[in-house]
Amino acid sequence: MTKEMTKIKKGGGFLVEESAPEDIFTPEDLTEEQTMIRDMTEQFVEDEVLPQVEKIEHKQWDVTVHLLRRCGELGLLGIEVPEKYGGENLDKVSAMIVAEKLARVASFAVSYGGHSGIGTLPIVYFGKEEHKRKYLPQLCKAEKISAYALSEAGSGSDALAAKANAVRSTDGAHWVINGEKMWITNAAFADMFVTFAQVDGKQFSCFIVEKDYPGVSTGAEENKMGLKGSSTRTLVLENATIPIDNVVGQIGKGHHVAFNILNIGRAKLGAGAVGGAKTALNDAIQYSKQRIAFGKPIASFGAIKQKLAEIAIRIWVAEGMVYRTAGLMDQSLESADVDNTAQVLKAIEEYAVECSILKVFCSEVLDFVVDEAVQVYGGYGYSAEYSVERYYRDSRVNRIFEGTNEINRLLITGMLLKRATAGHLPLYETARRVVDEVMSSSLAAEPSGPFGAELAAIVQAKKALLFTAGSAVQKFADAIRDEQEVLMHLSNIVMEIYAMDTAIQRLRKNKLADPHTDVARTYINDAMSRIDFAARQVLASVAEGDMLRTQLAALRRLLRWLPVNTVRTRQRIADFLVESNRYAL
Amino acid sequence: MKIISCMKPVPDPASRLIINETKTWIKDQDLTFVASEADNYALEEGLRLKEKHGGEVIVLSMGGEEAARVLRSGLAMGADRAIHLLDPKFKGADEFAAAATLAKAIEKDGGADLVLAGVQSDDLGTGMTGTMMAEFLGWVHATVVVGVEAAAGGKSLKARRELEGGINETVELPAPAVLTIQFGINQPRYASLKGIMAAKKKNFKVWTAADLGLADDAVGKAGAMYEVKEILIPEKKSKVEILGGTAEEATAALVEKLRKEAKVI
Repeated sequence: MTKEMTKIKKGGGFLVEESAPEDIFTPEDLTEEQTMIRDMTEQFVEDEVLPQVEKIEHKQWDVTVHLLRRCGELGLLGIEVPEKYGGENLDKVSAMIVAEKLARVASFAVSYGGHSGIGTLPIVYFGKEEHKRKYLPQLCKAEKISAYALSEAGSGSDALAAKANAVRSTDGAHWVINGEKMWITNAAFADMFVTFAQVDGKQFSCFIVEKDYPGVSTGAEENKMGLKGSSTRTLVLENATIPIDNVVGQIGKGHHVAFNILNIGRAKLGAGAVGGAKTALNDAIQYSKQRIAFGKPIASFGAIKQKLAEIAIRIWVAEGMVYRTAGLMDQSLESADVDNTAQVLKAIEEYAVECSILKVFCSEVLDFVVDEAVQVYGGYGYSAEYSVERYYRDSRVNRIFEGTNEINRLLITGMLLKRATAGHLPLYETARRVVDEVMSSSLAAEPSGPFGAELAAIVQAKKALLFTAGSAVQKFADAIRDEQEVLMHLSNIVMEIYAMDTAIQRLRKNKLADPHTDVARTYINDAMSRIDFAARQVLASVAEGDMLRTQLAALRRLLRWLPVNTVRTRQRIADFLVESNRYAL
Repeated sequence: MKIISCMKPVPDPASRLIINETKTWIKDQDLTFVASEADNYALEEGLRLKEKHGGEVIVLSMGGEEAARVLRSGLAMGADRAIHLLDPKFKGADEFAAAATLAKAIEKDGGADLVLAGVQSDDLGTGMTGTMMAEFLGWVHATVVVGVEAAAGGKSLKARRELEGGINETVELPAPAVLTIQFGINQPRYASLKGIMAAKKKNFKVWTAADLGLADDAVGKAGAMYEVKEILIPEKKSKVEILGGTAEEATAALVEKLRKEAKVI
């Protein structure tokens, strides 16, 4: 056990340690069971969900409910529920696989996630024993469907500012809750709501509210831009009367429930985004082969090839990050006792930074992908007759829910700084060393051998991050918390490092050849420019005049990079995609 | 009822197939293998019969690691146990050698009330192994089956067979029998998560040629009746010809061509 423990990687550790290929979990490492789960979910979506997409999009909730029950029969609703409550208690990699594969029909995937993720996990992790026995077996079969009610009209990212109020009834047997929760997924057909309200107006707490309790109702369907096949309504609580034992977790500790559930939710959002992106790419590849312009399929034109290749590159990188993170969580969970919620949550929370990275990175990959997919379709992409129009609309909210990308960007840097201050991550020490090294201009020798340039680039990019972050912390000290623009630039660099590092280690671990080498090298090539851009913005905000010039010179030395012929690499990647007729990386 | 369902590993239909250097087969080293589609229909039918009449369903396959994988997928779908015929000597078998080997394994396992196989495989698609197996076992068989009913206790069977031109016939067979199952007879179930996780713990036997008491020249390539000399990709040709003249002349020319050149009328 001790040996195992020492192997467990620290959250955010990729910034200060050199990664080894064998340390990271990659999509190529799936076990046979995980492959079967992937294939089964894929088949289920193809055979049963996809044929119903029109009905789903037209809000025929009975279809959605039926499909959720089918998920229950297949065991897809209890992946993260202990076996004694009717679940399967599988690993996080399996949970990601299912989230990825279900994302082909985004509306249904959101109904699934609203129920089996945020609607179920608060009870798994924070519920009392009687809550678990009462609700979980029913939730695993979708005999009861759940929803999660956190946001309000006046509180979203600042969820703790909720106004919904809970007071004890005079006889002490009930809570009486008043308020209105907003954006509640599954509201039209949910039997229960995991709901947040302030006890006596000040203690933020979590409650199980069943639909049939007195004073509970839902509002009208929201008319949303996308995800039209997922129900979104308000939850109206007018003197709603809730049994006194229905508090989930401790009174006044509702934020524990809310935030802990979000970590895993963010990682799964990343997996779903990857799944959605693959779907859009597959459609775009096939369309580009059929669509003839100037007498040739448009797939043979460089302008289209470049798009297909860039889409695939970003998906491949994002996919690697999703499964690497899930692997980290699984490794950390191995040493946690399933019945010890605090241990389980701590194991997951360790990677809160990585979860936020996935949320931001993958949702932006998906938005890029659906946008380019529409472009490949040209005018037809703007028509609702074609699938990409739906993907385009469905994608957008991923940058908003589960914590906006802005909140998550601030969290990435914020949490890293917090971990460093608490001594969990030697960021400050390493940063000081790097600043000294960089300013004295004696740079470490570049690694050589296979992927030498790329590995060196990653080492240098980490130094560039620590150098710019170090300069910013020096300038702003604790007030850096208020420098949101700087923090967001730094998060962008952090994300690029996680992406580049994951790409190169995945390549090395699996000894992948072309087209994968082209994919990784092209990504790293472009990421270096993006890092340079972000780092320059930060430095220009913390220094000026000669100091700025000196720092920029140091940055230039760090980010020295001989460009790759990405015109050619992208052509090769696109040719491979076109020949495979799908995302086959 | 004791039911044995045969499963053949075939390359995943989504694979890119490349002919090997000797032009005798495809390059199969890097391919993913799945159960031949019709075999899944056969297994589903077996599982349904078991649910109705009790008993056990055993999945049987011959081949390397790809066969083991396919068998585990059968166990995940709900089969009770698996028999894997694994021996380098089995390599290169044709339908005849495969049927002989499978039949021997069925005998070694103590026979069965019913043996099921897909009507044909996704790769070679000759549809012969099932019937040859029945011959080796000395059992009755029915092919292209689209419906099965078993009498109580599984002592006799009614099988609906698909004939040409949309006609079906129903035959009665005494058990033991071999049925080859047509595509689309049912909707094969998915392996549930519970099934997938339970598959590893189920009984999984591995038998070699020696275990089956088969001589080296009776199995694999040595036991085969034919040899593949060369496989080819059909040449794609498209030709357009505009027939001139008046409508009558063109029609007459068209009929002539359909009769003599295309030989379709």
